[in-house]
Amino acid sequence: MLGRTANDLFWMARYMERAENIARLLEVGHRLTLLPHEGGSAEWRSTLRSAGSEAGYLARHSVIDTRTVVDYMLLDRDNPSSVLSCLATARRNARAQRTAVTRDMWEALNSAWMEFPARAAAAINATALPDLFDWIRDRSALFRGALLNTILRNDTFWFTQLGTFLERVDNTARILDVKYYILLPENELVGGGVDSAQWAAILRSVSAHRSFRWVYRDAFKPWHIADFLMLNPQMPRSLRSSYGEIVLALQGLACAYDTTPPCLTMAEDTLGHLTVSNMTRILQSGLHDFLQNVIVGNNRLANEIATEYHFNG
Amino acid sequence: MAFDEMRGGGKGKRPREPYRAVNAWVEGQPGAELRRKSAHAEQMFRRTGITFAVYGAEEASERLIPFDIIPRIIGAPEWRRLAAGIEQRVRALNAFMYDIYHRQEILRAGRVPTDLVIQNAAFIPEMMGAEPPRGIYSHIMGIDIVRTGENEFFVLEDNTRTPSGVSYMLENRETMMHMCPDLFSTNRVAPVERYPEDLRATLESVAPANLDREPTIVVLTPGLHNAAYFEHSFLADRMGVELVEGQDLVVTGGRLMMKTTQGLQQVDVVYRRIDDDFLDPLVFNPTSVLGVPGLFDLYRAGRVTIVNAPGAGIADDKSIYSYVPEIIEFYTGRPPILQNVHTYNCRRADDLAYVLENMADLVVKEVHGSGGYGMLVGPTSTKAQVELFQAKVKADPGRYIAQPTLALSTCPVLTDEGLSPRHVDLRPFVLLGDRMRLTPGGLTRVALTKGSLVVNSSQGGGTKDTWVLEE
Repeated sequence: MLGRTANDLFWMARYMERAENIARLLEVGHRLTLLPHEGGSAEWRSTLRSAGSEAGYLARHSVIDTRTVVDYMLLDRDNPSSVLSCLATARRNARAQRTAVTRDMWEALNSAWMEFPARAAAAINATALPDLFDWIRDRSALFRGALLNTILRNDTFWFTQLGTFLERVDNTARILDVKYYILLPENELVGGGVDSAQWAAILRSVSAHRSFRWVYRDAFKPWHIADFLMLNPQMPRSLRSSYGEIVLALQGLACAYDTTPPCLTMAEDTLGHLTVSNMTRILQSGLHDFLQNVIVGNNRLANEIATEYHFNG
Repeated sequence: MAFDEMRGGGKGKRPREPYRAVNAWVEGQPGAELRRKSAHAEQMFRRTGITFAVYGAEEASERLIPFDIIPRIIGAPEWRRLAAGIEQRVRALNAFMYDIYHRQEILRAGRVPTDLVIQNAAFIPEMMGAEPPRGIYSHIMGIDIVRTGENEFFVLEDNTRTPSGVSYMLENRETMMHMCPDLFSTNRVAPVERYPEDLRATLESVAPANLDREPTIVVLTPGLHNAAYFEHSFLADRMGVELVEGQDLVVTGGRLMMKTTQGLQQVDVVYRRIDDDFLDPLVFNPTSVLGVPGLFDLYRAGRVTIVNAPGAGIADDKSIYSYVPEIIEFYTGRPPILQNVHTYNCRRADDLAYVLENMADLVVKEVHGSGGYGMLVGPTSTKAQVELFQAKVKADPGRYIAQPTLALSTCPVLTDEGLSPRHVDLRPFVLLGDRMRLTPGGLTRVALTKGSLVVNSSQGGGTKDTWVLEE
């Protein structure tokens, strides 16, 4: 496989995952602003921060309100992380690699890209945002399903897996980091209606508000949320399961290419670390630092993968 | 009055033999149903991304080539004759190129003017004495054919460089089989789907000699923004080979390598979809970033095969075209099976005089033009347009040829007012390697504007599924 192909597949998958994550973040942000005592602008600010779009947004807009934020994060072509930009970039990558992308995947992606602008514009105007968020999740699921059902289980598959799960790690870590202060034990004392809404929102942003109750039936504690999203091996969007997938993908590549590259060792180390960690220890040494380390390490791994597999020739 | 391929030349109601079953089928469909199928077909094309890019434009301007749902049908006896004529032509043109780049017997014999070849921009002196595998220069050809009557077929143009359109041939068939499966159970339509396998077999058969492994083939594209990018990726995909750009290739240690996820890997056959001029900046256009420095030397040394060969354009130059009947006789010893359209070479004084006099009745083409640009269709042009062209031709006669305006045959297309005849041409696709492989059918292009004779997709032309019926 060409290095350029691997690069494009990786970013196609990353941007599709990002499009979905941005939609989830917006959905949660939107929900929170509908609650009686929420400060809308503070809530949107943390949404922007989670999406890594705060600086870009503030460079262009002075007010933070629902309409402007939603528009910026859904449809702004100058925002590289808007859902529209993500779909366009994913599509451009896929189009450059039509030979590696199956017809089913292409159709799922291409039709999402074609329909999105009109749907989003209509939803913003009609304030039918929840339907739009559902639609984005549907399209993302369609793409992912097409991928899992049709793609060859060779390097094509492993590089898309890497893109998907490195992006997911980044996203989950960011959501947690922006909200980490409400997950700390001392917060329990000052808790109340506001915080339980925030806790629910974090879970909702990763579609885990129902599964959470099945895993942590008794003794509801806010740091259980952090545990669930970071260390739980059952939770498909947790850091640990995402790293499990990353390691699998890198092992698949190592096996196919008959090598043991440094990026595999790096990923295995991170997975090992997430496996033996527990929340008590993490909270003692600092949740924020832990999450920052994950984000930085994740970026380093992405660079290492790009070098190892000649993404740039 | 043009020959209608469904109705025949006369006014009789009875459709011609090859169209009988389809005619009955059309008559049995409610009008709205055909339009619904047609709209659905367009949606399928758009979803699957079968578009052609417009130069310099962003994604928003990928365009669809319109597809007409009524198939164009060729009977078995008609096809037999076309196939024989195409094979003869393709072999003769390759013999011509071998000769031109070696002993130049045909020039010595005075059958083709020497300056026409030697001073031609498509002639590549660096190819002199090169020995391409099996002596083939143009492995992949599209021969443009028009029809004017029951038995009158003419070759309008030979495409010996990088003919495009084969992906539309294949996708049109896919779409028709999806939309109208019943038609295929009542008609014995020769399949076209073998083309990608045939192409791969052809490319493998011309790999450098003495390889001790299966040859590695790539398709070389100028990239995403090229008008035919969809086709490049389509062909690479269907053959199961890498689609590469110049930046993915490098010449090192006397070998052509591609940059893969596992480092460098050797490449043996390059099906290039970039022009000669861009192949290798060390030999041709020095500013080209689409090609690979050093590629041409490797090719000359027989370390890699370039398909089609550099310099293959000499055989489809419009000024050479009028000599193709001569070329066929010279190399095969037989008269051509398929006729040329009579062509006036404005470089000849008597032809020039005739062209200037009769321009309003002629089609005038630039010798090096393509894609329907830089041409004049006399009968449908205004007086001012004709006068403008007269001035252009006078200023530089050698750049122009002219042909009589042919009454191109028509086929019915589906319009808002029902079926209506439109002019068509035909581009069958031929492969030449260890043997000749001709796909039954080809690409039918149709001028969707009523009365128009210009079928190019860049000028509002559409396409049709093209059937060759089996006996």
